[in-house]
Amino acid sequence: MSEALALPTRKDEAYRYADLAALETLWPLPVQDIRVGAGEQGALAMVLDGANDAAHDIAITLEDGAEYDLRLLNAGSAYGRIVVRVTLGKGAKFHLGAAQIAGGDQTVEIVTEVTHAEPDAVSSQVVRSVLGCHATGTYLGKVAVARGAIGTDGEQSIRAMLLDRTATANARPELEIYADDVKCAHGCAVGELDPQGLFYLAQRGLPPAVAKKLMLQAFIAEAFVGAADEEALTEAALKALEAVL
Amino acid sequence: MLEIQNLQATVADKPILKGLSLTINAGEIHAIMGPNGAGKSTLGYTLGGRPGYEVTGGTATLDGTDLFELEPYERAAAGLFLGFQYPVEIPGVSFVQFLRESANAQRKARGEAPLSGGEFLKLAKEKAGLLRMDMDMLKRPVNVGFSGGEKKRAEMVQMGILDPKIAILDETDSGLDIDALRICGEGINAIMRKPDKAVLLITHYQRLLDYVKPDFVHVLAGGRIVRSGGPELALELEENGYEAVAA
Repeated sequence: MSEALALPTRKDEAYRYADLAALETLWPLPVQDIRVGAGEQGALAMVLDGANDAAHDIAITLEDGAEYDLRLLNAGSAYGRIVVRVTLGKGAKFHLGAAQIAGGDQTVEIVTEVTHAEPDAVSSQVVRSVLGCHATGTYLGKVAVARGAIGTDGEQSIRAMLLDRTATANARPELEIYADDVKCAHGCAVGELDPQGLFYLAQRGLPPAVAKKLMLQAFIAEAFVGAADEEALTEAALKALEAVL
Repeated sequence: MLEIQNLQATVADKPILKGLSLTINAGEIHAIMGPNGAGKSTLGYTLGGRPGYEVTGGTATLDGTDLFELEPYERAAAGLFLGFQYPVEIPGVSFVQFLRESANAQRKARGEAPLSGGEFLKLAKEKAGLLRMDMDMLKRPVNVGFSGGEKKRAEMVQMGILDPKIAILDETDSGLDIDALRICGEGINAIMRKPDKAVLLITHYQRLLDYVKPDFVHVLAGGRIVRSGGPELALELEENGYEAVAA
């Protein structure tokens, strides 16, 4: 489960957009192992908003009927990488809500591999990235459905907003399905702020910079809605947002 | 107060307004009625400055200020409020935050001191009360999960808080049940029927005009005003239809 001990290269798909120089100083990554027992529930909120490079590798095993709610804010450090590997047992539920906010020359990335090993498990991933200046934001997400994992419901909703034309967003949702009767959907978009929303805010008297900030706040909110510490996560995200605007 | 002369506007290069003229004085309530596609909503969006609505001729001034020289947010600060037919949902941003920032942005543009948190909440509570809206609803994200009627009432609460000179209300009556229609109508009267304010109601139906009695009624067809009259014109339209009246 842990990342290989040898430092990876760009040829490795999962590291294609990584900041390898920064990664070298952090290598090898310790793996944070999380196991949730049958029918039990767990949650974790991880905020990377410090000044140092950071990389985390989280492995989550959900036994039958277990539920897990993971929230990530990947912002602030020059390089931030979060790898999440999840294995779902029968009827287990996993939700990821993540926001990546970066400016300057920052590189932020979230790499997920969600394996539906048994039938009737549900996974959903919501990732929102706001990227300005020369920042690079990446989401690589694989949903694997094992043979016999019928009744699987896997969903990925990936959106990125570029504040400047010099910023880069990479998004690669991926499905690997070896079972019939499964429901897997992914949506992925890199775009601009909704002009209708911006006009609505402007019509109430908000200057463009403020209207933009509120629309980005709304955009990121989707990642943290329903989280146990929604307020604290949102506050940290807004702070990061203000730093890149 | 609002003086529109020979206004021409296009949407996606298609001419929609074709020489519309209208004068609205302080203290007056006007209603614009007309068939689908006549240009009613385009009039509101063009005056508000929505991107994609291009002015190709004519003028519009608010108390002598050329509206088309101003950005949309500056038009709002100058006293123009647009009530949306389809208010936009903004998740993650509460009405309280949105409206306090809006009100203070307008005050700043006019050189007035900002409202403190306490002053704002007092004002918001008073205006929400006019529309029979609970303050708890204003703590929720903007328009998210609101019914059609709640969204329209929330638009009127916003109008109350922002205190514009003139309000252009685009089909505020659409999607309202009978009670919500009455509440919205009474709200419009309480907030806007004043000697120094004016209202332009854009509507398809007479029913809102039972609550908000207009001083003037205009028929918009083919991008210009084809008939104007008093409140009796709305009744005539209801009776005979647009085709007969606009012909």
